[in-house]
Amino acid sequence: MSIKTANQAALERLVQARPMLVDCLPAEKAMGLTGRTVLHAGPPLSWEHGCPAMQAAVLCAMRYEGWAADDATALDFVLQGKVRLGPCHHMGAVGPMTGIITPSMPVFVVENRARGNRAYVTINEGLGKVLRFGANDDSVVERLRWLAREVGPVLGAVIRAGGGIDLRALMAQALRMGDEMHQRNVAASCLLARTLMGHLARASIDSQAVARVADFIASNDQFFLNIAMAAGKASTDPCLGIQNSTMVVTMARNGTDFGIRVAGLGDRWFTAPVEMPKGLYFPGFGPEDANPDMGDSAIVETMGLGAFAMAASPAVARFVGAGGMQEAIRATEEMAEICLGEHPHFRIPSLDERGTPVGIDIRKVVETGITPLINTGIAGKKPGVGQIGAGVARASLACFEQALEAFSARSR
Amino acid sequence: MLGISDLFRQEIRVINLGVEAFALTLERLGVPVIHVAWSPPAGGDPRKAALLAALTEDEEE
Repeated sequence: MSIKTANQAALERLVQARPMLVDCLPAEKAMGLTGRTVLHAGPPLSWEHGCPAMQAAVLCAMRYEGWAADDATALDFVLQGKVRLGPCHHMGAVGPMTGIITPSMPVFVVENRARGNRAYVTINEGLGKVLRFGANDDSVVERLRWLAREVGPVLGAVIRAGGGIDLRALMAQALRMGDEMHQRNVAASCLLARTLMGHLARASIDSQAVARVADFIASNDQFFLNIAMAAGKASTDPCLGIQNSTMVVTMARNGTDFGIRVAGLGDRWFTAPVEMPKGLYFPGFGPEDANPDMGDSAIVETMGLGAFAMAASPAVARFVGAGGMQEAIRATEEMAEICLGEHPHFRIPSLDERGTPVGIDIRKVVETGITPLINTGIAGKKPGVGQIGAGVARASLACFEQALEAFSARSR
Repeated sequence: MLGISDLFRQEIRVINLGVEAFALTLERLGVPVIHVAWSPPAGGDPRKAALLAALTEDEEE
């Protein structure tokens, strides 16, 4: 099969995915995550190479699970090899920022009805001090326990009662309402809440619990982000292993390295040091306080949304420091230069209904030197601080160059 | 055939390839200019350019 044919097949498989939100269950039950295992964002990461925010989140997750009473004990377990660390991506999952998943955490289950595969993601914790940004005090642990005790079971029951939610249709609509599904998810979160509302009201659940869950969803404009990520994971995973395809299937960061995987190169990661995001900072913070870019959320760009759909979301362009409408359009046009095609379902009204650029080609990235643009949150580099801003980051060119070398070597 | 000195006696319209600074300078002087963002493949790295060319041939097979 020629590269052209392989890429057409990969792109078709990606854009014709049918991600459906079908459940919310503990990770142990949903994805078979057992024992003392902590999943993290990005490519594989050894403990000693983890950034402080990532390490703080891992230790906090161990306290949350009750494996250790304090960080010192948790650290001992890690150093003695009594805890397994691994990428979310290796377990069919994705996680924002630090991306931590442990067995008792509830995860959304997204099924790609076009291929039958499933993907998993945690519930977005909301804003402020949260585990995904490396915050690790008792308030973080208490919120995580409440998510497992109350929010997860309620959402699971409600989603099952609805028989599944068509995420592709929901995201296509949200895109037309100004979301790009990475930095802005307010429309998608509202559309999801609207879909869940009736089932939530009809569920035989304590009304106070229903109110708490409803308030939680309503208070978080980024509630849908994690679900968009799982939709991306469910859509891209079936493309891994398509021989001769140069299409990027995974982009992810662990706070230390940026990593990509390519359809025709299987499970192999190509990594390089991750770059610093550029953007706007909350009052009192600046670039000197920032952690290098982090999270599996670049899966949103990998499926043709996020910064690739910036032209659909000019409000985000300003928020992330990229300027106004013209800059937003330029960002989407620039990403089109490194993509195989346009998404037939994700269309941008302000671009005369053109589809978002989708299907990053490693050859086009190396040829043009244009690296994928990623909308991102900015975590504080000091553990415990949490989010300090939001901006844009670039994928590391070296990942694509390495992948091109490997691709060429494979065909020789 | 026009000589170079004739060229500068008429209205000049420019297509600028590559370095944008040239286009910006002409713009400031009120000269109509279309800038084409272009750079050598793979940043001018001949080895990577050769790899890309080989893969393009593969695509055309």
